Amino acid sequence: MFGYYLQLALRSFRNSKVLTALMVLAIALGIGASMTTLTVFHVLSGDPIPDKSDRLFYVQLDAASMHGYTSGEEPDRNITRFDAENLLREARGARQAMMSGGFVAVAPDDNRPAFFTDARYTSSDFFPMFDAPLAHGRAWTAEDDASRARVAVISAETNQKVFGGGDSTGKTLRVNGADFRVVGVLGPWMPTPRFWDLSLDRFNSLESVFVPFSTAIEQKLSRMGSMNCWGDSGGDPNALSAPCTWVQYWVELPASTDAAAYRDYLTSYSDQQRTAGRFERPTNVRLRDVPALLDHQKIVPSDVRLQLWLAIGFLVVCLVNTVGLLLAKSLRRASEIGVRRALGASRRAIFAQFLVEAGAIGVAGGVVGLGLALLGLWAVRQNPSSYAALAQLDTTMLLTTFALSIVASLLAGLLPAWRAMQVTPAIQLKSQ
Amino acid sequence: MDIRPIFSTLRRHKTAAALIVIEIALACAIICNAIYLIDRRLDHMSRPSGTVEAEILRIQMPSIDETASVDRRAAVERDLAALRTLPGVRHVATVTQIPYGNSSSTSGVRLSPDQPNNTIVASGYLGSEDLLDTFGLKLVSGRRFNPDEFLDMADVESAGDSARVPAVIINSAMAERLFPGKDAVGQHIYSWGSAPIPIVGVVETLAMPTDNTGPGNATMLLPIRDASNGINYVIRTDPAQRRQVLDAAVATLKQIDPDRIAVNADLMSDLREKYYREDRAMAMLLVVVCIALLVVTALGIVGLASFWVQQRSKQIGIRRALGATRSQILRYFQVENFLLATIGIVLGMLLAYGLNQLLMSRYELGRLPLVYLPIGAVVLWLLGQVAVYWPARRAASVPPAVATRSI
Repeated sequence: MFGYYLQLALRSFRNSKVLTALMVLAIALGIGASMTTLTVFHVLSGDPIPDKSDRLFYVQLDAASMHGYTSGEEPDRNITRFDAENLLREARGARQAMMSGGFVAVAPDDNRPAFFTDARYTSSDFFPMFDAPLAHGRAWTAEDDASRARVAVISAETNQKVFGGGDSTGKTLRVNGADFRVVGVLGPWMPTPRFWDLSLDRFNSLESVFVPFSTAIEQKLSRMGSMNCWGDSGGDPNALSAPCTWVQYWVELPASTDAAAYRDYLTSYSDQQRTAGRFERPTNVRLRDVPALLDHQKIVPSDVRLQLWLAIGFLVVCLVNTVGLLLAKSLRRASEIGVRRALGASRRAIFAQFLVEAGAIGVAGGVVGLGLALLGLWAVRQNPSSYAALAQLDTTMLLTTFALSIVASLLAGLLPAWRAMQVTPAIQLKSQ
Repeated sequence: MDIRPIFSTLRRHKTAAALIVIEIALACAIICNAIYLIDRRLDHMSRPSGTVEAEILRIQMPSIDETASVDRRAAVERDLAALRTLPGVRHVATVTQIPYGNSSSTSGVRLSPDQPNNTIVASGYLGSEDLLDTFGLKLVSGRRFNPDEFLDMADVESAGDSARVPAVIINSAMAERLFPGKDAVGQHIYSWGSAPIPIVGVVETLAMPTDNTGPGNATMLLPIRDASNGINYVIRTDPAQRRQVLDAAVATLKQIDPDRIAVNADLMSDLREKYYREDRAMAMLLVVVCIALLVVTALGIVGLASFWVQQRSKQIGIRRALGATRSQILRYFQVENFLLATIGIVLGMLLAYGLNQLLMSRYELGRLPLVYLPIGAVVLWLLGQVAVYWPARRAASVPPAVATRSI
C-alpha cells in the first residue's frame, strides 16, 4: 500500500507543482536554519573527554581575605600557587596537575624569525590525565618537575612550524631566549572546548608549547589568564606566598564515587589552613567534574543559544505554514477523496495516504534543508568567533536532519490528513 | 463596508482562518523581539570610547629575551623618544590597556579606608605623561596630572600596601556613581595601597577596554608608568597618514631592538571594527531571519488565500451576479485579511511579551519597549495586504456567470 500511496503522492505533486515547491521550501528553510544552529550548539556543548569526564575534577578553594566576603559566594575560579603546590605534594588523587596559561616567544634553532605563542605551564601528570596523544617521545616526569628541567612538549602544529614535522625529540627549542629540550611531540589533538582553563578562549586551538610549571617560574616566563589578588604581593604576584589566585588545579580520581572522599579531604585541608591562619573565610570548597564545570561556566556562548531559540521559532512558523498549505491542498482534492472513498477506501487508508504525502514532502524538504544547513554552516565558518571553525556537520547531525524533517512534516500533515479523512463521499459525488 | 458577512464566512472556515492567525501571531512575536535585539546590538555597537579613535595607533612589541637584564624603564623612554620624532606623530604614551583591546584589568574602589566591601569596581588605565592628549580625552572638571605626580610601576609594586598614588582622574560615569550630584574633584578614593588617592580631574567619556568586565562603565586614569615587556605604545597621529606612521613606528622600534616582535600593531579604528564584528554578524543574522520569516508568512497567506478564493468562487459569482462590483469583491478579501491580521497581531503582541519574558530570564535582556509592538503590527498589516492582493485580484476577476455554471 505504501508504494501505491507514494505513487499517488507523486502524481499529486505533479498536479500542483507551485504549491508543492512552496511546502518543500518552507520545510527546507525551517530545517536548514534549525540544523545550522543545532549543529553549532551540538559541537560547542560536546564532552571534550568522554571517556573520563566524570572522573576528572576541578578544584576550587576560598583562600581570599575577609575583605568583601559574602556568605555562600562561589570561591575564585583559580587557586593560589601555595595551595596548588601543597595539594600536588600530598597527591591524594590518582593523578593531579597544577597549571597556568602563558605567553612565550619561540625561536627555531636556525635563523628563522621567532614568534610569540600560547603556552601552558603544568606538571607531569597533565599528559596522562587528559589522555594527551603523544606522537613522538614522552611526557616529562615528576623528576623533571622537581629539578626544574628545561624540557618541553610541543603541539603537532608547532612541530610542523618550527621543525618541519617528524620526530623532533631531543631537538632544542628556544623559549624566551633560553634553550629547552623537546622531550615529546603531541599528535593531532583538539579537545573542544579547551576545558582545563576556562578563563582563556575556550574554543581556541591547543597551546603550542608545554613546559614544567616549576621551570616556567624559574625562567620568569610570562603568565596569561585571570589573576585575583587581595593583599600585598610584594611586587611579585607569581611568588609562592603571594595572596593571588591564578593556578588551575585538576585531579583525576579512580572512580566518580571517590569525589565525596576527596571533597572531605579538601574541606579538612581548608580547615587546616584556617587553623594555621592562612585562610580567613569559612571553609568553602568546590569539586566539579568536567560536565558540571562546563555547565556551571555556561560554556555555550549566549549568542549561540539565542540563535537556537530563534531557529526553532522559525521552524515552528514554517511548520504552521506547511500545515496551512497542506490543508488547502487536501481540501481542494475533496472530490478525489470522495471518489476514492466511494470506491471502497477506508478512512484509515485516506489518512495514511495523506500522511505518506506529507512524509514525502518531509524527505524532499530534508534534502533541500541539508543543502541549506551546509550553506548556513559555511556562513557560520566565515564568522569571526573562535568557535566558527568547529561548525561542521557530522553523521549524527546528518541523520538528525532527516529525522527532524520527516517528523516535522508528519506533524504538519496530521491535521490536513485528519480533515481529508472526514470528507463525506456522498456530497462530493453529488457536486461533480 | 459591513464586516458582519466576513465574520460569518470566517466562522465557517475556522481551521484555515486560525492557521493564518497563528502564522501572523508567531511571526509578529518573533519579529518584534528580533527587531528589539537588532536595535540593542546597534546601540551596543555605537558605544563611544571617548578617545579620538581615527587618530590612534597601538603597538605592542615585546622583546623575545625577557630574562635579559635590561633597564626596562630606560628602554621605554628611548622608544618613546624615537617615536616622538617620527613625522606625523602628534602624541605618544604608554598605557596598560586600551579600549577594544583584548585585555582588561579592574580594581575595587572604596570611599573609606576601613570599608569591608568595594563601593564599585573600576577599570584602571595606567599611563605615562602624554596619555590624556594621546587618547584625546575631554576633561570636564579639575585638572590634568602634574609632571611630578607620575610614578614608576616597579616602585609602586615593590611598595605594596604602602604605595601612595598622588592623583587619579576618573570618568564622569564613575564620578556620578561615587558622588551623585556633587563635584568629584577634591574627593578621595581608596584603591591602590591603603593611602587615599585624591581625584584631580574628571573626563567626559572613557570606556572600559571590554564591556564584559563588570557592571557600569567606571574607568580611571592613574599616573603610573608601566615599563613591562610588551607595554602598549599609543600614538596619536594625523588620520590621513596613520598607516604610514604605523609602519614607520614598527620599523623604528625594530631598529632600536631587532630582538623584538610586533605582536600587535593596529589602527584603533580597526580594533573597534574587529571588536564589534560578532555583534554585526548577529545583527545581520537577525535581519536575515526576519526577512525569511516575512517571506514564509507571505507565501503562507498567498497559498491559503488562493485556495480560499478557489473554494468560494461560486459564492463570489453569486455576489457578482447580484450586483457586487469587482472593487467590492477585492475590498472584501482585503478587509478579511485585515481582520485576520489584526487578530494575529493582538495575539502576537501577547506572545511577543511572553517571549521577551523568557529572553529576559535567560539572557539578561531588558524589557521589550512598547514602541516595538506597533512597528511589528504595521509590518504585518502591510505584509498581509501585499500577500492577499494577488489572490483577491483573482477573486475579483471571477465572472458572474460562475454562479449559474454548475447548476
